[in-house]
Formats: sequence, C-alpha cells, structure tokens
Amino acid sequence: MIEIHNIHKAFNGKKVLDGVSGVFETGKTNLLLGASGTGKSVLLKCIVGLIKPDLGSVTFDGTYFTNNKLDIRQEIRRKIGMLFQGSALFDSMTVEQNVEFPLKMLTDMTKEERKERVDFCLKRVGLEGANKKMPSEISGGMKKRVGIARAIAPHCTYLFCDEPNSGLDPQTALKIDELIKEITEEYNITTIIVTHDMNSVIEIGDKIFFLYEGKKLWEGTRDDIMDTDIKELNDFIFANRLMRDAKKVEEEEREEEEERRYNGQLASQGKEKAPSEESVETEKEPHPDNPEGPAATTQTGNDKV
Amino acid sequence: MLQSFGKYLLFMQSLFIRKESARILFGRTVDEAILIGINSIFIVAIVSTFIGAVTCVQVSYNLNNAFIPRSTIGFMVREMTILELAPTITSIVLAGKVGSSIAGGLGTMQITEQVDALEVMGINSASYLVLPKVVAAILVFPMLVILAMFLSILGGYLAGTLSGELTPQEYITGIRDGFIPYNITFALIKSVVFAFLISSISSFRGYYTSGGALEVGAASTSAVTSSVIAILIGDFVLAYILL
Ligand SMILES: Nc1ncnc2c1ncn2[C@@H]1O[C@H](COP(=O)(O)OP(=O)(O)OP(=O)(O)O)[C@@H](O)[C@H]1O
Ligand SMILES: [Mg+2]
Repeated sequence: MIEIHNIHKAFNGKKVLDGVSGVFETGKTNLLLGASGTGKSVLLKCIVGLIKPDLGSVTFDGTYFTNNKLDIRQEIRRKIGMLFQGSALFDSMTVEQNVEFPLKMLTDMTKEERKERVDFCLKRVGLEGANKKMPSEISGGMKKRVGIARAIAPHCTYLFCDEPNSGLDPQTALKIDELIKEITEEYNITTIIVTHDMNSVIEIGDKIFFLYEGKKLWEGTRDDIMDTDIKELNDFIFANRLMRDAKKVEEEEREEEEERRYNGQLASQGKEKAPSEESVETEKEPHPDNPEGPAATTQTGNDKV
Repeated sequence: MLQSFGKYLLFMQSLFIRKESARILFGRTVDEAILIGINSIFIVAIVSTFIGAVTCVQVSYNLNNAFIPRSTIGFMVREMTILELAPTITSIVLAGKVGSSIAGGLGTMQITEQVDALEVMGINSASYLVLPKVVAAILVFPMLVILAMFLSILGGYLAGTLSGELTPQEYITGIRDGFIPYNITFALIKSVVFAFLISSISSFRGYYTSGGALEVGAASTSAVTSSVIAILIGDFVLAYILL
C-alpha cells in the first residue's frame, strides 16, 4: 500500500501539483487518469523520489519515504519496478542485457538463473527472439514491452507504469494492460499506472484517480466512473470516447487535403515554365499566351505592395 | 562560475558516497578504458607523429648556424615534445574526442530518463556512470601520452632524416643528449591530472543536462571548452609547482 499526502510541486513558480493525496492499495491496479500536461508523470516521479516534492509525504507500506534517510529510501527503491513514458532503455545494451541489468545489480542470482528469468520475462511480454537486438533496432511498442519486462524482472513489490500502452495498437495495448493486471494480482503487488486511455480504465481500472490541473478531482472504481457529475471528468470521458472517431475523420480529411494539394501540384507543373521574374516584368500587361497564370501571381504581388 | 564550481565539487563528492560493489565498478572501468583507448588511439597517433615532424622541421629551419651541431635538433624535438607537446596537445585532442563523447553520452542518458531508470533501481547513477569513466581515463591517458611521446620523436626522426636535414646518427645523438628522466615523470603527472580534469568536467557537464537534443549538443560543446581551459590552467600551475 502506498499513501501519498498533500503533494505539492511547482517548477519555476508554475504550480504543477497542488495538494494531491490518496491511497494506492496492494494487489490492485491503480490508475492515474488525466489529460496531457496535468502532472501525472510528475506525480509518479514524486512518489518514487525522482522529483522532490515541495511539500507532502509518501509512505510505502507504512515506511515513510520522502525525506527519510538514504539507506531506507534505497531499500524501498530496490523494490520498485518502473516503466518510463519514453521506455528509458539503456541504449548501449541489448534487449536481453536491459532486462538482466536489474537482476545483476539487485539480486544475487547466478548467471543461469538470470538467463532463465530474462527469457521468462521477455516471453511474458511477447518478445521471444528479440534478445540480441539493440534498443535502436526495435519499434516503440517493443521498447515499451522491454521496459515492462525490465520493470518486472526482479520481482518488484511496487510497479509504476507511465503510459504503458500509448503508441501501441489496440490489440497489443490490451495485452499489455492485461499483463500488468495479471502480474499485479499474481504477485500481490501495488501497481500505479498513468494513462489517458479510457479503454484501460474500463478493462483494468480497479481504482481510478482523476487528475485535473494538478489536483485530484475524483477517485473511484471503474463502475462509478460513468455516472459522476464532475464536469471535467465527464468532458474527459466524452472526449476519449469520441477521440477515435474524431481521429479517423481528421485523418481522412488530411489525406483528402494532401491529395488535393498533390493534384494541384500536378496541374501547376505544366505552367511551371513561367518564372517569377517574368511575372514582375509583365506586371502591367498579362502575357498574351497565358493570360491566367502570371496575371494571378501579379495580382497577389500587387496586393502585398 | 563560482556556483557551478561548487556544484562540481558536490558532484565529485557524490561519486564516492553509496558506491556500487567493487566488482561491478571494476567491470565498468575495464569497459570504459577499452572504449577510451580504442576510440582515441588513432587520432593520438596521427597528431603526435605530425607534431614531432613539424617540430623537427621548424627547429632545423631556425638552427642554420654552422657553430651549433645538427644533433641539437634531435635534442630540441625531445625536450619540446616530451615536456609539453605530447602531454598537453594529446590532452587537448582527447578533450575534444573523449570529453565530448562523455558529455554527449551522459546528456543523452539524462534526457531519455536512463539516469532516472538507474536511480529508481536504487543505484547511485553518478557513481555508477561517472566513477568508472574517471578511473579509466586516469589509467589510459598516461599510456596514450607515452605512445604520443614515442611517436612524436619518431615523427621528428622521419621528417629530419628523410628531408636530409640531419643524419640518423645526429638525431639519435641529440635525443640521448642530457636526458632528464624526471621530465617523463612530470609529463605523466600532467597526463593524470588532465585525465581527471577532462573526464570529471565532461561528466559534470553531461550529467546535469536537461531539456532535449539541443541541450545535449550544448553540453558537449561546453564540456570541451571547459576542459581545454582547465587543461591550460592546470598546465601552467603544474609547471610552476613542479619544475
Ligand atoms: N523538470 C521539469 N521542469 C519544469 N517543468 C516541468 C518539468 N517536468 C514537468 N514539467 C511541467 O509539468 C507539467 C506536467 O508535466 P507532466 O509530464 O507531469 O504531464 P503529464 O500529465 O505526464 O502529461 P502527458 O500525458 O503528456 O505525459 C507540464 O506543464 C510540464 O511542462
Ligand atoms: Mg507523462
């Protein structure tokens, strides 16, 4: 169980977190939900101590963390697995070495045990066979999955995932969500997931915390989330539901636009032999051969002057 | 300026608290040493050979007095390269090569949250990443400087004899003339000090990068600039104290 109390954080006078409190229960997938830029990642980093909050405290299973002695914080940190928003794989190491790294540093497993565990974790995230690849050689979604494998490899007690399924196709996203939920329940760990994906909320959100402009506006279960009367949350849910449709429409529009532009280019290529100097010279009298083209450019030129 | 010097001192101190196990640090140091050595041996070889050659040609151009023996050219090449050119120029070249790569590498790790990933695992990222680099540089730089001394004298030999300025015998006589072993010791002390300055300053610049790719570039540049200035100041101070 992780408890946070009244966390405040400002960057250069700009408030990012404004008194966030909450309890994240063991064996449950706790979601931090909110729009982009509301401070979800900052809150997560405050909890694990990568960012020092200006005010407030974090407690891991009753042990005070935030300003405690270094050894105690170190002790707690060794039980933390974390997936970063940008995966944060060590890019000088192969996939396999990335997953093995925490085992090497934090446990006293033998080489064979480590190898076994690495293979198990990679299989768990569906990445058998990618062992020897470098991070620069795999896709963004695969990096996410390696990041998860690295986070769960040393049997963590606390698991933090910053947008584990953003940038993944819906199918893989679902798989990742389910994987995290399974691991959470199987090992009875405390999991906090940052997301802005309503699908994740519906599928795995045992407990949901809705953040809005640095404040926690709502908390509850996925069953309650649909019938709240908090305007910001309803807007968020609505926008999310519409998002996919909107995206589709937007994409179609963009494609159409591009096609139009492309066709326009094709059409104008025939007239390209009329250079701009000529159009300046022929300012007064349009070219007799091609009265339309240069005349049009001349007009816009005149407008500017 | 003073503030960043204070921050630098704190950074250096942080390398030594809550260190990782010696076994891990040793492995990392060996890796870093190989990296530094292999990456810079080629440029060091080229630069030092040419420095020796140019020194020889220029000295012989300035020494056309019939009363001065030609072997003096060899003597001068040795004095100049061993005492100053091999350690200092090599270090300045390495500041560009090693310093920028240290700062760029650490800066990239910082902005892509790889440093945070280490910290979350409860690892002292500064110590884990930086200490091996500093130790590796201190081990490898003197070797590179010895190589540079050897090659610059060889470069002088080739330039002097191939151009017919002096005979091989004269050059070798000059090289052996009035040799002071302490000069080599002094050059190696310099190389160790410069190794420390370059690796620690570049690490400091890279480690405290924040922002994006642009800042990583800026960190690399400032690492090289600061290192070169530190080398020149260090060179002067060491010459003043130790000679
Ligand atoms: N190191 C920092 N220095 C200054 N400002 C920061 C820093 N980190 C975050 N911020 C600011 O804090 C705010 C919240 O950032 P955060 O990364 O927590 O957003 P988020 O909720 O995770 O958004 P997203 O869903 O896009 O990841 C942003 O306005 C950002 O500019
Ligand atoms: Mg974020």
